Amino acid sequence: MSTHTFKPSLPPPNMSVGVVGWIRANLFPNWFNSLLTLFALYLVWITIPPILNWALFSADWIGDNRDSCTSGGACWVFIKVRLSQFFYGFYPEDLRWRVNLTVLLAIVGAAPLFLRAMPRKLRYGAIYLLAYPVLAYWLLHGGFLGMSLVETSKWGGLMLTLVIAVVGIAGAMPLGILLALGRRSDMPVVRVICVTFIEFWRGVPLITVLFMSSVMLPLFLPEEVNIDKLLRALIAVTLFEAAYVAEVVRGGMQAIPKGQYEAAAAMGLGYWRMMGLVILPQALKLVIPGIVNTFIALFKDTSLVIIIGLFDLFNSIHQATVDPAWLGFATEGYVFAALMFWIFCFGMSRYSMHLERKLDTGHKR
Amino acid sequence: MKAIKMTLALVAASAALGASTQATAGTTLDAVMKKGFVQCGVSDGLPGFSYTDEKGQYKGIDVDVCRAVAAAVFGDAKKVKFTPLTAKERFTALQSGEVDVLSRNTTWTSSRDSSMGLNFAGVTYYDGQGFLVSKKLGVKSAKELDGAAVCIQAGTTTELNLSDYFRSTGMKYTPISYDKSDETVKALEAGRCDVLTSDQSQLYAQRIKLANPEGYVVLPEVISKEPLGPVVRQGDEEWFDIVRWTLFAMINAEEAGLSSKNVEQEAKSSKNPDVRRLLGAEGELGKDLKLPKDWVVQVVKQVGNYGEIFDRNVGAGSELKIARGINALWNKGGLQYAPPVR
Repeated sequence: MSTHTFKPSLPPPNMSVGVVGWIRANLFPNWFNSLLTLFALYLVWITIPPILNWALFSADWIGDNRDSCTSGGACWVFIKVRLSQFFYGFYPEDLRWRVNLTVLLAIVGAAPLFLRAMPRKLRYGAIYLLAYPVLAYWLLHGGFLGMSLVETSKWGGLMLTLVIAVVGIAGAMPLGILLALGRRSDMPVVRVICVTFIEFWRGVPLITVLFMSSVMLPLFLPEEVNIDKLLRALIAVTLFEAAYVAEVVRGGMQAIPKGQYEAAAAMGLGYWRMMGLVILPQALKLVIPGIVNTFIALFKDTSLVIIIGLFDLFNSIHQATVDPAWLGFATEGYVFAALMFWIFCFGMSRYSMHLERKLDTGHKR
Repeated sequence: MKAIKMTLALVAASAALGASTQATAGTTLDAVMKKGFVQCGVSDGLPGFSYTDEKGQYKGIDVDVCRAVAAAVFGDAKKVKFTPLTAKERFTALQSGEVDVLSRNTTWTSSRDSSMGLNFAGVTYYDGQGFLVSKKLGVKSAKELDGAAVCIQAGTTTELNLSDYFRSTGMKYTPISYDKSDETVKALEAGRCDVLTSDQSQLYAQRIKLANPEGYVVLPEVISKEPLGPVVRQGDEEWFDIVRWTLFAMINAEEAGLSSKNVEQEAKSSKNPDVRRLLGAEGELGKDLKLPKDWVVQVVKQVGNYGEIFDRNVGAGSELKIARGINALWNKGGLQYAPPVR
């Protein structure tokens, strides 16, 4: 007796698997979606080729003046010629190694903090955070210990943008945490001060703060006193962002269940150890997206210093577009500015996602 | 009794204040000498007037005026530092002492001169609102613009001047406003309007931005007065005179045929009494202004005479190619005139 054997099952119809199947299921499932797909394809067709054509295929790359820009596409020669100014501003050319060294030290110095196997990480981190700013100030500004002085009026370009952003972030983070703690404090004086501070800085636009610092402040000061323009901007940005960070951190602290506070108190921990060892580590982890969001906003806000005449990346580019030798290439300049800002903001965003994954302890739903 | 005490205190306070204001009057020169450079407020970017080149050097007419003041005071045109200022912060920066001279394409108007505690030291550039049209239109004069569509930057005085001009000549026009001057250029190129109006000095800069600059022409008519010049604080006549006469010296130098190339030679050999007085070989010009005897020689040698500065930054020697027009010397049909040195 022959045993019954099933026929092998037929492969699914060609039209429902593989690339074709995916396209059918996702792009053309019914007449309405098909229409939308065709419309989207049309939009891509009319926008992408001209953009690529302008930016790449018919762009000018070689040369050193406007006469080499003849093809009708983007004139990247303009960016190339001005690139060092976009990066360093008016920083003296023979001293630019100092800027490079500062950036290199930041990367090399911070690298061990990202190694999992690094022993005594906390102690190293603390020393780094205390020593690096002094070192960076010595290298960038100089004026003591044998380093020649480079005034802040000569700083500019991407370097200035990074200085404002890094100082703003490094200053706003601790100040913001303190303000958040203060706002949730039981001590009425501390609470009132913190609430007033936060509400004041959140209530005024950054542009107003910068404007006040550069237009009103000098009128109140005696004539001999002249606070450095950059310093004014740094203080304004730091205080402003600290208020935002404080509110984000406070949100995180409110998300921690009351049991955690009580448990920490039951363990006999005092206020600072309770906050430092139990509450803040959990709260900060929760609000990573919010904090990074604030910092990305801060990074982009640095371009507002244009209104007080500081030459950050954006203003350096703007400045280059009014040089009579390069009039009419503003588009290239602004595209380049957008690209640079995007690279940094995207980098921050990716890093925050990585941090979230690394610190994930299964709270995510 | 109490009232007397109060009055006494007030008097004492006002006396002290008076003393301190007197102490500050006339000390800009001392302060400048002490710190070793002239702090000069310039624009945050305006083609031909102040901008930075590829090497990060400041350039432009406004910038050269500052360099000339430095050359007059120190005999070294490099002893100057620039503070880029936006239109809004410029007067505060001057009033608060952040800058010593404001040389930032600032229009000399009655209200600025009289009520803001400022003094205009002279005119470096006679600007005025003009029109840029396509050559294809075949228009030779602004009087033929009846019925034209005019591109204009919104929210500026140019808008008001334009309406005044067309009303006074009895012509009709359609204004098309944009927020940014770059947009007005694009609109003119795309044919959305027949004419673009702005300050003449800027029209030449905008013409370069067009794909085909040769196809467009700036009409000869100027419909508003915009004298631009350096500004100093009121109440310091000594410093005011220095800035004013630096400007006059450059204009007088051009009139006398002195340029950066020949001024040193002329200082030694010239027999012309006008030239000798100007260059310090005779007379007391330098001493009266508390400047070195050869200060005009240094200004002209290191920065140039007025004509050289004009040509280099906005005139024939620059990309802008602005004609001298009303900025020519008075004896060549223009308005630039300086009092004699005597």
